[in-house]
This record gives sequence, C-alpha cells and structure tokens, in this order.
Amino acid sequence: MNETAQDQDTGFHTEDMTISVGPQHPSTHGVLRFVVKTDGEVISEAIPDVGYLHRSIEKIGEKVTWHGYVPYTDRADYLAAMFANQVFCMAAEKLAGTPVTRRGEFCRVIACELNRLASHLISVGTFGQDIGAMTPFVHALRERETINNLMEEICGARLTYNYIRIGGVGYDILPETCTRISEFLDHFEPIVDEFNRLLTGNKIFIERLAGIAVVSKEDALQYNLVGPNLRGAGIKWDIRRDIPYSVYPELEFEIPVGTGHIGALGDSFDRYWVRIRELQESCKIVRQCLKMLPKGPAISKVARKFKPAAGECYVRVEAPRGDMGFYVISDGSEYPYRVRIRTGSYTAMSIIDKLSKGIMLADLIVLIGSLDVDAPEIDR
Amino acid sequence: MQAYLDQLIQGGAFAGMPREVVYAIGMLLAAFIVLSAFVAPLAGVTSWLERRVWARMQSRVGPNRVGPQGILQWLADGIKNLLKEDIIPTAADKKLFSLAPYIVFMGFLCAFVVIPFGGHLIVADLNIGILYILAVTSLVVVGILMAGWASNNKWSLLGGMRSAAQIISYEIPAGVSVLMIVFLAGTLSMQGIIKGQGWAPWDWYLFHNPFTFAGFFLYFTAALAEGNRTPFDIPEAESELVAGYVTEYSGMRFLFFFFAEWGNLYVIGAVATTLFLGGWQVPPLAIFENSPMLLAVAQFVTFFLKAYLWVFVAMWIRATLPRVRVDQLMSLCWKYMVPLSFICLLGTVAFMFVPADGQRITSAAMFGLGVAITIIFFLRVGFQIRQAKPELYFKPHI
Amino acid sequence: MNGAQVGFFILAGLLIVSSLWVVFQRNVVHSAMALVAALFLVAILFLTLNAPMVGVLQILVYAGAIMVLFLFVIMFLNPIGLEQRRRLWWGFGALAGLLLAGALVPVLTNGDAPRDPVVATELFGGPEELARSLFTDFVLPFEIASILLLVAIVGAVVLAKREP
Repeated sequence: MNETAQDQDTGFHTEDMTISVGPQHPSTHGVLRFVVKTDGEVISEAIPDVGYLHRSIEKIGEKVTWHGYVPYTDRADYLAAMFANQVFCMAAEKLAGTPVTRRGEFCRVIACELNRLASHLISVGTFGQDIGAMTPFVHALRERETINNLMEEICGARLTYNYIRIGGVGYDILPETCTRISEFLDHFEPIVDEFNRLLTGNKIFIERLAGIAVVSKEDALQYNLVGPNLRGAGIKWDIRRDIPYSVYPELEFEIPVGTGHIGALGDSFDRYWVRIRELQESCKIVRQCLKMLPKGPAISKVARKFKPAAGECYVRVEAPRGDMGFYVISDGSEYPYRVRIRTGSYTAMSIIDKLSKGIMLADLIVLIGSLDVDAPEIDR
Repeated sequence: MQAYLDQLIQGGAFAGMPREVVYAIGMLLAAFIVLSAFVAPLAGVTSWLERRVWARMQSRVGPNRVGPQGILQWLADGIKNLLKEDIIPTAADKKLFSLAPYIVFMGFLCAFVVIPFGGHLIVADLNIGILYILAVTSLVVVGILMAGWASNNKWSLLGGMRSAAQIISYEIPAGVSVLMIVFLAGTLSMQGIIKGQGWAPWDWYLFHNPFTFAGFFLYFTAALAEGNRTPFDIPEAESELVAGYVTEYSGMRFLFFFFAEWGNLYVIGAVATTLFLGGWQVPPLAIFENSPMLLAVAQFVTFFLKAYLWVFVAMWIRATLPRVRVDQLMSLCWKYMVPLSFICLLGTVAFMFVPADGQRITSAAMFGLGVAITIIFFLRVGFQIRQAKPELYFKPHI
Repeated sequence: MNGAQVGFFILAGLLIVSSLWVVFQRNVVHSAMALVAALFLVAILFLTLNAPMVGVLQILVYAGAIMVLFLFVIMFLNPIGLEQRRRLWWGFGALAGLLLAGALVPVLTNGDAPRDPVVATELFGGPEELARSLFTDFVLPFEIASILLLVAIVGAVVLAKREP
C-alpha cells in the first residue's frame, strides 16, 4: 500500500496488521486460511493458504479398483458428490468403451441436477449468512433437506451418494420417487421467488454485492475461472452446452450469464445471480428428464473385474463449482494407473489475492462467498 | 422515589437514622429490586423470545425444552454460564479484561433509573432524565473498547474500533431526534415528556407533525445502531470478525455483554415509547378513579407493551436484514441521518409557531397517515405470508 | 460530620487516587481508563452538588465521547514501545502542577467561598440556570467556542479528505 507515503504525510508510524483469517473462521467455508494484511479495515494483501483438507484422494485412486474408487470420488467435493461420481465413471467408460443405458443417462442427469440444486442452495444460503442474513440460510437449508430426502430415496445416501456407477447408475429411480421429485419442483420454484424477495431484492444485500470484487472477462480467462464464476464475468461457457456429454444435447435449458445490470459486469452480484438463475434452469432440466425418462435397464452389463484398455483420457463435466475434470491413465490392470482431479474451487482461489487488494475486510468474506470456494474441493 | 422516602421519614419510619443513610439504603434497595425482579428476567425472557421468534421466522423450532415452551431457557443458560470456567487469556490485559463486562453492564443498567414504567413507578424522575439516558448509554462504548483492547486479539480490537466509531457517530442523529421532542415538551424529564402527550394516538408526539414522525424512525434506526443490532451489528459481525469484541470472553463475562444487549433492546423501546408514543398514558376511564393500584397496573402494562412492541420489531429486523458494511454504516450516518435529523429539528422548531388549531389539524392528519401506513404495511405483510404458503412446506416422508 | 460529607470525602479520595493513577500509570490505556474513572467521579460530585445537568454533560461529553476518541487514537497507534520518561519532563510536569495549585490558592483563601463542600444553591447547574447563563452572560465566549469547534471540524475534514 502507500504506507511510506502515509508515514511522510502524517508523521505517524503506521504499520499493516497481519490477520490470520481461518483455518477456523466462520466464513471460510471449511478449513481454509488466508493471511491477510490490512491497513485498518482495508486489505492490502490476502494470501490463501490451502492444504488443510488434503486427503490424497488422487493417490488413493491408484490403490483401489475402478469400481472401488467411485465412493472415494464422492469425497472430492462433498457438496456435489454426484458430479465427481459421474466424471470418473465417464472416464472409465471412455477408456473401456462401456456403453451407458439410456435410462441410466437420464437417471444420472436427474440426480446430478438435483445435486446441483442442493449445492447452489448451500452456496447462496451461506452467502446470505456471510453478509449477516440468517433467515435465507435456514430457508435454503430447509429446501436442501428435502433434496437430501429425495436423494436418500433415490440412492440411499444423503451426502456422499456413490450412485453413479460405471455403465449407468446403481439403483433405478422408482416411479413414485419421480412423482415426489416433480411435487418437490412444484414447491421449489415459488420458493426461489420467495428467496429473491427475501434476499436478492434487499437493498442492503445489493449494496454489499454490487461492484465488489469485479472480475473482468480477461481476468476470468487468465485465472482460469470456471462455472458460475466464469459465467458471472459474462462469458457464456458451459460444458453441458459447449462440450456436450450425457443427454444434455437433447434437453432445453438456458445458460445464464452475468449482465452487470446492478453493479459492474463480473461483480459479486453477477456471480450470485448466475447461481440463482441456475437453480431455475436445473428445475427445468429435471422436469424435462422426468418427462423423457425412457424404459429399460438403469445399468449396462459391466464385468466385475473391470479392466479398461491401456490409455489415458481427460473427461470434464459442468459441476456446481464449474468445470470438473478427471485425468485418468489406465495401464490395462484392475487399478487405475493415475488419477488426477481438476476442480473449480482450486483455480478460483488463485484470483482471490488479486481481487482482494484495496477492498475491506468485510468484502473479503463477500468475495470468498461469491466465488463459492469449497475447501475439500480445493485440497482433495 | 425520594418523595416516597420523605413521606416515610416524616411518618417516623426510620427514627434516629440520618436522612442520607436512608436515601442510600433506599436507592440500593430500589436498584436491587429493579435489577433482580425486572431487568434480569426481562433480558432473559427477551433472549428466549428472540430465539423463538427468530426460529419461527426461519421455520425452525427454537428452544422449547426448559419449562413450558422453553420459557425458562434463559435460566438454564444463565446457570450454565455461571458454572463455566472463566477463561482469561494469558496475553490479555487481565484487569481491563475482567472489568470491561461490568462497565458495559453498568452503562445499560443505569438507564433503568429514569425509565418511567408508570405514573409513579420510576426510580428517580431526574429533571434531566433523557439526557441522563444518553450519557449513561454512551458509557457502554468505553466498556466495549476496553474489552476489544484488553483481549489482545485482532478480531476483538477491530470489533472494539468499529463499535466505538459506530456508537459515537450514531449518538448524533439519536440525540438530535431526542432534542426535537425536548423542544416540544419543554422539559428533559421523562415524566414531563410523557405528561406533555395524551393517551390518544393523535396526542402523541409521533403524530405531532411530519418532522417528529420522521424523527421517530431516525431515532429508532440510530438506537438500533447504538445497540449494535442487525443490520448494524458490525462490531460483533460473526461472519467477519468471528465474534468481534467478545471473541475471547467465556462464561459469565460473555453473558454480561449479551445481557446488556438484550436489556438494551428494552431501553430502546422504552425511550421510543416515552418520547414518541405517549408513554404510560391510559384513557381516563371511570374504573381507574377510585383504585390507584389498578391505574398503576394499567399504566405499567401499557408502557410495557408499547416498549416491547419495538423489541419485537428489532427481532423482526434482525431476522430479515443482512448486515451493512462499516463504511456504508458511516456514510449512512453522516451523509443521510445527521442532515435529515437536523432538517427534522428545524422543521419541528418552525412547526412550533403554527397556531394551536393548525397543530391539532396536523396531528389528526398525521394520525390518519400513520393508520394508512400501518394498513398498507399489514397488507404487504399479508401478501408476503400468502406468497410464502406454509402449507406448501414439503413434508418429509421418511 | 454528616452523611453527605462522608460521601464527599469518599468520592474526593477516590478521585484523587484515580487522578494519581492517570499520572503515574505507565500503561497508556490504563492511564486513559483511570482518566475516564476520574471524570466519572467528578460527574458524581456534580450530582451530589445538585447539579445534575453539569454532571450528566460531564459524562456525556468527557467520559463518553472525548475519552473514547482518546482511547481510539491510543489503540490505533498502539504505543507499545514507550520511550523512557526523562527527568526534564518530570520537572516540567511538576512545575505545571505547582502553577495549577497556585491558581487554587485565591479560591481557598477567599473568605466568601462556602466552607462546606456540599452546600450549594438550589438549581445550581440545572438546565434552566445553565441555559440562562450560557445565553446571557456568557453568550460571546459560548459563540466563540462554537466557532472554534466548527473550525476544528472543518479542519479535520479537510485534513482527512486529502487525496492520496
């Protein structure tokens, strides 16, 4: 900062205060630490310190079988376990050339989009809480609880699903579950409007978000932001549409991008607003899938001793926190030779230092919340 | 209070004792009664009610285990906190660290001395009552700064700094709004201000003229900021500063800060009621003529309900609004509230030259406006409630 | 000696102790806190003199506002490395103290001043009396003081507004 200039001007000796935000701080969304240098309340530097949640998930991949690794992928991002399941299974299928049943694909999309709803609800809810609004957080978690119930009905687990298997999905979605899901969607869509009335339209909330931590299009590309953070900067890029996978090409949905209609393009509000609109888009996708759900088996026949051909592949899906990719090498054995995970939160962390220069301490919390970083996903 | 003691002394109740000793003992007794019979349960029940109301708004249950509907939760919490270990960090400044909660507590407790619960229910009707409240509540900030500094923790220090800046700033709009009413009433005494109003809403200072009407909202907003309440709770902003100036506190000392916060809510409501809402004034009904006891009860209940309404509003606001940022808080105060409050002050002064008939018409018109605003407000609330559709809550079926 | 006098001497004793604490305390924050206590005790003395207005203003302005700004500055600058007090400063301090004490001599030797510490005129320092004297006898100094404060405020704003 202009520390020396200030010293000369006033004759006072001022020094920056170094604060350790985290690893046990209410708003760092997990075990995450920032070394923040501040001049009063204004941040001059915020260095992210990651690694508190490293569980060597990638290394474990080399020691367990292809089937056995699927539950581990759940733990990469516990808020969006379904996507890691899916992307690993897609990688394995691509290596082995295993077909996926059509019903299985639809079940995957339904489960994934429900999971996206749950993940985004956590994101916008905790974001509200970071800014001091407690009620939206509880309302969001209330809705997420219902999604957890539905997930429990679909696959027997509420958080780490292990639902998507190589060749399809573990359990078929029952007709009564389908009705329950559409009932929930009927209920949920008005709730999004209520949420907007309660939080999004709030003047204080808008004032806190608009124009804070603006990510320009160039920065977003240079720092490799993905998902809602990238779309918030106004770049229309969505893996579901641009590198199509599964049955997404058959589905109709929009890709919300930031418009800067309240603050500047690419500010915290845009990122938040993209997530809110993705909630509505996900509802649309699930409805279409429920309508189109074909008859047939949910999983194709896959050998128990799964041995894909030697080779390597990189597969990516659009997870709630953006582009999630698995780079898998197979040497033709029962075990993957190498698994490498690429996640959205990790790259989002890199831009925090740049964005945090000159903003206030309270805005750092807004920044972290608006980037929706998730500690387990950063460290893996 | 003093008059009552004088009466007793004249009656020969304390023969042989010096008058000052009687006064001192009387004051101590009154303080003890107010503290243990009114303030402590009030702050406690407020804490319970806040949690319940809050839970209800958030579609949760809230504390409902201790006593009917959980109403004794505050006692359980108090006992728990009493039994907890009193941790003083090694690096803390021990003397100031231990002293700070008491200063905060004293600052808010002193305010109860001049709060008029009824026509005669007041500990001391000082002739500078309202100024006294402003003065003693400004002592709270000394305690908060002390806590923030003595904890030797950066979060605490930031919280203390924020709190000091905030309270000092918001004292100005609050003070100017109070001044408006002092001009109208021509007295600083709490009872005097209440006696300047009537029982009917159109006799309240709230509806006296458009400027006092605006002044009421200015006062309430500024008081919320002085009491560190949402949306101005930045000194303890738990998502930013961990817990602000109370980060290092535990056990009973921690409780004292929150005791003061919840008790302070009632003080805010009571001052607003005294200044703007006619205080304890009750309609002159026939049944009150012959029974002063009944009258006192009616006055107390009236005052309590009016004051508690604003406590409820503060809870409501807390459950609804996010928190403002510290620079937004300051610009809100200095750029908007301070000029507005001065405009209101000048407007009120100008209005005092309006002849009595004109003032009566304005009061009636303002009362009509107030009713209209209330109706629109409740229509709006009704709309929101209908939109929320509680019957749509998805029933968990597992 | 009646009860009121006992009260006065207790208060005065506490006041002296806390004032000495202000002077001899090495820790600046402790010293400021002792000053708050001293100002508060002075306010209580005013209250016992039947001058609640002055007492309350003392708390509101000094203990509540000015001392908070003092503390604010102290905490912001955080003067941990206090320099050693030099003997020269002790000398200056003692001299200034003696001068102030000398200023008290005429008051103490004045035969007209009330001997009894608690006797004071009725309404001395009440709001009406205070306002009357402020706006009649002392209206010029009052206005000068307010202009001085205004200048100070404008000066502070100008200093703070300076663009980096």
